[in-house]
Amino acid sequence: MNYLSQIAFVLVLVVAGYFLAKRIKEIRGNILLGKDVDRSDRKSERMKSMLLVAFGQKKMFKKLIPAFLHLLIYVGFLVINIEVLEFIIDGLVGTHRIFAGPLGDAYTVALNIFEFLAVAVIFSCVVFLIRRNVLKVGRFSGIEMTSWPKLDANLILVIEIILMFAILTMNATDQILQTRPDANYTETGRMVFSATLIPLFEGMSTTGLIITERVAWWFHIIGIFAFAIYITYSKHLHIFMAFPNTYYANLNPKGEMNNMDEVTTEVKAMLGVGGASSEPPAEISRFGAKDATDLNWVNLMNSYACTECGRCTQQCPANMTGKKLSPRKIMMDTRDRIDEIGKTGGDDGKSLLGDYITKEEINACTSCNACVEACPVNIDPLSIILQLRRYVVMEESSAPQSWNSMFSNIETNFAPWKFPPTDRFKWANDLKTEEKD
Amino acid sequence: MNTENIQVPTMAEMASKGEQPEVLFWVGCAGSFDDRYKKVTKAFVKILNKVGVKFAVLGEEETCTGDPARRAGNEFLFQMQAMSNIQVLDGYGVKRIVTACPHCFNTLKNEYPALGGNYEVVHHSQFLQELIDEGKVRVKEGGGFKGRKITFHDSCFLGRANNVYEAPRKVLESLDAELVEMKRCKTKGLCCGAGGAQMFKDAEPGNKEINIERTEEALDTGASVIASGCPFCMTMLSDGIKNKEKESSVEVKDIAELIAEAEDLV
Ligand code: HEM
Ligand code: SF4
Ligand code: SF4
Repeated sequence: MNYLSQIAFVLVLVVAGYFLAKRIKEIRGNILLGKDVDRSDRKSERMKSMLLVAFGQKKMFKKLIPAFLHLLIYVGFLVINIEVLEFIIDGLVGTHRIFAGPLGDAYTVALNIFEFLAVAVIFSCVVFLIRRNVLKVGRFSGIEMTSWPKLDANLILVIEIILMFAILTMNATDQILQTRPDANYTETGRMVFSATLIPLFEGMSTTGLIITERVAWWFHIIGIFAFAIYITYSKHLHIFMAFPNTYYANLNPKGEMNNMDEVTTEVKAMLGVGGASSEPPAEISRFGAKDATDLNWVNLMNSYACTECGRCTQQCPANMTGKKLSPRKIMMDTRDRIDEIGKTGGDDGKSLLGDYITKEEINACTSCNACVEACPVNIDPLSIILQLRRYVVMEESSAPQSWNSMFSNIETNFAPWKFPPTDRFKWANDLKTEEKD
Repeated sequence: MNTENIQVPTMAEMASKGEQPEVLFWVGCAGSFDDRYKKVTKAFVKILNKVGVKFAVLGEEETCTGDPARRAGNEFLFQMQAMSNIQVLDGYGVKRIVTACPHCFNTLKNEYPALGGNYEVVHHSQFLQELIDEGKVRVKEGGGFKGRKITFHDSCFLGRANNVYEAPRKVLESLDAELVEMKRCKTKGLCCGAGGAQMFKDAEPGNKEINIERTEEALDTGASVIASGCPFCMTMLSDGIKNKEKESSVEVKDIAELIAEAEDLV
């Protein structure tokens, strides 16, 4: 009997491991479809930023209530997962609560902490469900929040609640079984929170209790594996991606746009300055970005780290004044498109610009960096918007007409407005004459 | 002040005399051509004259930094502008630059180095703060602002883009006025709507203009002066005030103008 469950457990572990590894490989592969960008510098600064922003949840605390509720879930997840280690050992070796004996009283303390956190997680998830579905907090809606993202958000919260109840049920029945001589369950000490559930199960037979305890155990562990796979299809991937994402985030001033070196080579040749190309011109696929594969890997990683929290969109001046632009949508579209390219190879005649993101959206951006500042996981939607604009102007020459006029003013008058360059210094004469009056 | 002596030396004049200024004042296109912002340029030049800073301008040799072209997506045009500007700046051996435009500031400071142009660049709010800290600008007791409410509008390219939040506020504090903050300020400051080359085209369809949203927020503070440090913000907020028909009670002023006013330079 015991052997059977050990074999079953190994099977579950292998199957879950296989699917998880496959998904990780796919997502990694998709991210690496992006162009190269060097983020191997300033390692200690990067580490610090990751510790503060991801591990320390620093930017979450710009909004206190969700930050606090999220912190409970976050800490709960980190700590309760220590218990999963025991689950795995028990499952493989065929033991029951292997740490109970060696740890003694410390085990009881640990379990009570886990249970407290489980209750805290349930509390937070319930409040999050209310905020989404009853209070309808504004930033959880928007054109990009179609049926799947909404369902996904609710599913995660419901699954977490169920998983936490599985732990509590398991502990409650376990405690009753410890008092039944015919069950022979290891002593754990009193587990305060699950003890409140004891009245629900007390009337059951020992066999019934053992079945309930075992089902809860299996449900929890299989649930965790299933959840691990599920999140790879979900915004919930942030629980992992938040860490590399904050590590590799841009550390330069937010106002700085990256220099396009391939353009520099051409401009230098045109102006006849600098060592005219000693090296052969690098093969340029395209100026700017039309599809997700034209973006760099950090942009793509960003898209997988997005929590769809809408803080960016809420702060976006274009969005709040009714324009189509939503930085969250930029991130979600990028992820959907790179996922699609990962599956189809991308030769489907579609592209990120056009089929997902429209010019009307990117043209509305004021490059104000409010979205970048607001993002709790240091995502940079602006970088994607600007690369798409570069494609529109340099490859399609289809910028708005008034921008084209601005370009030609700069070319001919060296100012974005139509003033003769000889008038540029007139203010100084005006100043002198005004002062004489 | 003795008006006849006001000096606006150019780099070319300085170079011909074999002199080097302490700082180049980069005027910017708005500061050179926009009627409203020319007043800011003049106010700043008056302060420089009064304090006796050895400065120079490029005059007709200055051209657009390329910022609006770059934000709109025209990297070629940006780099053409940047490279020819760098040639001029390096030709004169410029080391330090001050500008009253956050867009020029951001581009010169952060984006020219990648093309070989390395300068120490400061925004005029930082420069004014230095002068105040050094005691070179000392606003007289009762400079006319005592008790008046002033609110400062953060330019995105000065604030979030470059983390300069304190310098303009320090400058305003020296006026002895009451500095009141808008609901969204500093890192959370709301854009005026003109950045990212929006200044040069109509807004996309929506249900409100961004500058109106921001102007309403500024008016909510009850301030009689909306201070800014950016030519585009200046235009957008002034338009907003006009739209709200508040021109008679609320002014939009650059920090340099306020200092010049308090110093009796206007
Ligand atoms: C490692 C364990 C983590 C777990 C179990 C976890 C769990 C959750 C859950 C359940 C939600 C949904 C809340 C809702 O419905 O509004 C959520 C949202 C979110 N999480 Fe996490 N998370 C983890 C790590 C992180 C990290 C490291 C960050 C980085 C700062 C982060 C940032 C966010 C953000 C920004 C949201 C959106 C919620 C909001 O703004 O209200 N999470 N997380
Ligand atoms: S940078 Fe663009 S997308 Fe981001 S908040 Fe500002 S206007 Fe919106
Ligand atoms: S980009 Fe950042 S702020 Fe915007 S929805 Fe995603 S996680 Fe939230």
